[in-house]
Amino acid sequence: MLTESTNMLTKKATEIRRNIIKMIGAAGSGHPGGSLSATDIVTYLYFKEMKVDANNPKWDERDRFVLSKGHAAPVLYAALAEKGFFPVKELLTLRQIDSKLQGHPDMKKVSGVEMSTGSLGTGFSTSIGMALAGKLDKRDSYIYVMLGDGELQEGQVWEAAMAASHYKLDNIIAILDNNGLQIDGNIEEVMNPYPIIDKWSAFGWDVIEIDGHDFESIEAGFKKAKETKGKPSILVAKTVKGKGVSFMENKANWHGSAPNKEEVDKALQELQA
Amino acid sequence: MEKMATRDAYGIALAELGKNNDNVVVVDADLSGSTKTSVFKKEFPERFFNIGIAEQNLMGCAAGLAAAGKIPFASTFAIFACGRAYDQIRNTIGYGCLNVKIAASHAGLTVGEDGGSHQMLEDIALMRAIPGMTVIVPADGEETKQAIVAASEYEGPVYIRLGRPKVPMIFDNSYKFEIGKAKLIEDGNDVSIIATGIMVGEALKAREELLKQGIKASVLNISTIKPLDKDAIIKEAQKSGAIITCEEHNINGGLGSAVAEVLVENCPIHMERVGVNDIFGRSGKPDELLEVYGLTAKHIAEKAVNLINKK
Repeated sequence: MLTESTNMLTKKATEIRRNIIKMIGAAGSGHPGGSLSATDIVTYLYFKEMKVDANNPKWDERDRFVLSKGHAAPVLYAALAEKGFFPVKELLTLRQIDSKLQGHPDMKKVSGVEMSTGSLGTGFSTSIGMALAGKLDKRDSYIYVMLGDGELQEGQVWEAAMAASHYKLDNIIAILDNNGLQIDGNIEEVMNPYPIIDKWSAFGWDVIEIDGHDFESIEAGFKKAKETKGKPSILVAKTVKGKGVSFMENKANWHGSAPNKEEVDKALQELQA
Repeated sequence: MEKMATRDAYGIALAELGKNNDNVVVVDADLSGSTKTSVFKKEFPERFFNIGIAEQNLMGCAAGLAAAGKIPFASTFAIFACGRAYDQIRNTIGYGCLNVKIAASHAGLTVGEDGGSHQMLEDIALMRAIPGMTVIVPADGEETKQAIVAASEYEGPVYIRLGRPKVPMIFDNSYKFEIGKAKLIEDGNDVSIIATGIMVGEALKAREELLKQGIKASVLNISTIKPLDKDAIIKEAQKSGAIITCEEHNINGGLGSAVAEVLVENCPIHMERVGVNDIFGRSGKPDELLEVYGLTAKHIAEKAVNLINKK
């Protein structure tokens, strides 16, 4: 990959992380941990990978991104704003009474949000429906869907995983944000979803392991996924919950707590482009 | 009298719709032979998706197909659609206001021998509690066919409740179904029988029995439970001053509750609810079940007489 492109992505990701901290800080509630772990992948998707047009959000030929781990809404909102779907200043209205930026993504309210999510497992299923429609219409576009690793505990995920390989949906690329933590602690301790790789392989998916914070690894993963034909692909991305903010990293208690003013300032000092 | 199951009418209507609209797709959960989506599957295999025994994913896939511009009809038994996949209907289809048509068969007691675990008696309550959800309960085959077309032309989530057994044909093709409009089938001033689904046929039989006793009952078919035709209900209340609701559903939360809500806010009068009295069903033949649970013309007529005496 060109260094220039990596630099651009690094800058965008830092800006998105800064906005995640600012918006959750202003809201006084929200989910920073899983938003920060997903940031580099979401940044790559919107600024390198996907065909999307902020001026024509309903463009028929677009790629679609479904955030199945809907509680990471701040990273999606920050990326959409950065991409021009709506003004960046609106981010600071997150979770407020008259805001379109709901606590979890609402497709009726926000331009660029492809599916309302929040109840875990549901978004993943909808991506299967979108991919089926894409096959019917013979569209040259992809459905990207991001799941959390705790989300794998939902039975619906496996119903959908079975359907995607049954229908040979090679136009769907799932990304697992494997940060290893959920609200109550380590995923292995709460309800162990491992071995994750074996499970997805057994369900008929092409499984690609990547470093979810390394743009070259992310790029290679998507490239390989697109070369896979006749079955769906999943990028199992090793990530760090709270990535980029030292005091949030690898701490389950930052799953769903907002930083106070002091913590916001401290985080923003660390997040310099 | 000619008879037809509403699920059979659905199968025929769906296949016809498939011819006229390329965007219509069907998802089913391993019950296509029973829900009658098999008729569509035979004609349009490329637009039919069997999701397997996975109702949560069934509703999710339907939502995704709708988001991508298709008009999906999602079918399974009512117990699995509204029970197993309530969250997916509420949080994905309802909350996203997606253009999914949930056509659920085998609703109510008349599933029969499969028993209480399969007899969905709460679906009307669950579906009408979801904001923006249109809820349709056709009375016969003709109304079903027209409701399927109307649902496909309407933009937004729709729940259509279908039954397993053959039921009398009440309407012919001169009838015009419209979402949100009740239909006065028979007029009368003494008591108003408001019925939905297969109970419309029983209501008409009850009217005949009442006529023998010199009582003139009107029969109002409410096939759209939501949005409810409030004007038609208020008109009946003002005319007869006595209303009986009839539904193959728990008396809590269904048609009876919906009508009671309208009456209490507009013109409180005497009313009675015919329905399953807040208990689960059990195995038996459909006719036996309707008898045991008090859902026959005889029960409606008895309640009508009691009600008139209270006026």
